[in-house]
Amino acid sequence: MTDIANAPKAATTKKPGLKERYALMTRGLDWETTYQPMEEVFPYATYEGIKIHDWDKWEDPFRLTMDAYWKYQAEKERKLYAIMDAFAQNNGHLGLTDARYLNSLKLFLTGVSPLEYMAHRGFAHVGRQLPGVGARVACQMQSLDELRHAQTQIHSMSNYNKLYDGFHSWRHMHDRVWYLSVPKSFFDDAITAGPFEYMIAIGFSFEYVLTNLLFVPFISGAAYNGDMGAMAFGFSAQSDESRHMTLGLEAIKFMLEQDPDNLPIVQHWIDKWFWRGYRVLTLVAMMLDYMLPKKVMSWKEAWEIYAEENGGALFQDLARYGIRPPLGWQQACDDKEHLSAQAWSTFYQYQGAAPFHTWMPSAEEMDWQSEKYPDSFDEYYRPRFEHWAEQEAAGNRFYNGTLPMLCQVCQIPMLFTEPGDPTRICYRESEHKGETYHTCSDGCKNIFDYEPEKYVQAWLPVQQIYQGNCFGPDADPTAADFNPLLEVIKWYRMNVGVDNSPYEGSRDQQNFQAWKQQTTSNAPAGGSPAGA
Amino acid sequence: MSTVFIAFQTNETSRGIVEAITDDNPTAVVNEQPAMVKVDVPDSMTIYRSTIEEKLGRRFDLQEMQVHLITLSGHVDESDDEFTLSWKQ
Ligand SMILES: [Fe+2]
Ligand SMILES: [Fe+2]
Repeated sequence: MTDIANAPKAATTKKPGLKERYALMTRGLDWETTYQPMEEVFPYATYEGIKIHDWDKWEDPFRLTMDAYWKYQAEKERKLYAIMDAFAQNNGHLGLTDARYLNSLKLFLTGVSPLEYMAHRGFAHVGRQLPGVGARVACQMQSLDELRHAQTQIHSMSNYNKLYDGFHSWRHMHDRVWYLSVPKSFFDDAITAGPFEYMIAIGFSFEYVLTNLLFVPFISGAAYNGDMGAMAFGFSAQSDESRHMTLGLEAIKFMLEQDPDNLPIVQHWIDKWFWRGYRVLTLVAMMLDYMLPKKVMSWKEAWEIYAEENGGALFQDLARYGIRPPLGWQQACDDKEHLSAQAWSTFYQYQGAAPFHTWMPSAEEMDWQSEKYPDSFDEYYRPRFEHWAEQEAAGNRFYNGTLPMLCQVCQIPMLFTEPGDPTRICYRESEHKGETYHTCSDGCKNIFDYEPEKYVQAWLPVQQIYQGNCFGPDADPTAADFNPLLEVIKWYRMNVGVDNSPYEGSRDQQNFQAWKQQTTSNAPAGGSPAGA
Repeated sequence: MSTVFIAFQTNETSRGIVEAITDDNPTAVVNEQPAMVKVDVPDSMTIYRSTIEEKLGRRFDLQEMQVHLITLSGHVDESDDEFTLSWKQ
């Protein structure tokens, strides 16, 4: 103990040990191929126009070697599974604030966990294709991390599938359900780009600029609402995230330092992928503001901390390379007032087609919204929500039976309003080879116009439904009583009337109340819980 | 001026790490949230292995921080003895 306490401050005894060890593990492992030309071994390395002269300039600031990686990852897994097991053994679900919370997890499992798996595939691919060994080692680690994230999330949430509705067919739904095409198409767009664009799309824009908004306030919120399982997988994933963020930042700095010709290409990717990622986060805004019964912070507050303050510092720093903040940055900052309310309004209307429950905020929750959004909630959203709540209480809940127009790029229904005018729906049009395509914003229109050949191929759920591609094999469109929307819901594998019912009166609500009562009483709680 | 930050899961090890950070970075602001703790410091922060070892009363490898980390911001520079986050001006 004494030698530790009396040791001089580290600054005076700086040892190069870690840096040397890292250099030994990541340099000189590569060779120039002779049986095959290098261009054929790394076929995707140059077509995007990014010029790299010296891969040895790549620095991984974490300098994690493979042996240390396995050691710390194993420790994270042991901690995580100990918490998950304890939570399940102790009937942890009954400590939740409210079963409404579970609907945010249904969205997470169907929308986010499949992206973790795609990130695993993406980094494995990019790690194979980048010609520098330092970058390859870092991508390999991230690929393994992402596989771990997918597995631990599925494992943790499978506990809820034993007891609650809507958790059963998440992978099947991810490829089909209308709003799940939003996260799905985001990742499909990234993984079909070249390796350098993928690094900017996922490594930099998503991991560095945006991922905090999902994993930090939402997971802290999961803990606040009593979900130790989600807290454990979320923070365990996030402990890898610092390394991923650092990789993304290193990737962008490396590209910009290698050749001045890389700047305009990288800037375009930042513009594009900031906006793509931001649109996906619409779902997160709604989770924070409407789906967490006990709220940690509003979307607006989270945006101010993790985007405006932190992203602002980042782009100020990158200005030395000639990088400016992404196009659309200002609009995203202005829209923080409206994003979550506009999204929740949409899901409330389309409850019949979504395998999670929705509700109108209680009077107390509306007051929370007014306090957090003093410049927008009372004026634009409270009257609509109070009207819907009254109608629902009177047995006349509003369902929108008309399918919405989707944005050709982000695939979100046209629910966003014009910049500066929250009373007018925003849409943009582009012409391509004689066809008209619709986008939700200037950001998505710019993306479409730059690469129309990519986005005209989009698999848009609403168009696909109208084309008759979303029915099961036993559906008979010629039958007199054919109900197309019901057939679509069945094709999604939703348990009709159960998974897609309003929260009020749902089986989840009834079961949770009954089981909760049993925790403090020896009397059976009013009959056996439904469907248990 | 820009702020750098680091956040940890709340636990016994991170309590010692956060104490070490606030000792060595007098302008640090500690922000406790459910199950996590976030530390903000203007411009840059340095975390010293030796201070953490004093707080925890045991040997500590700075890479052990990765087990408890949630997020950070700024450029990372890490050696065996110190871990620095900074924005270059
Ligand atoms: Fe991940
Ligand atoms: Fe869009």
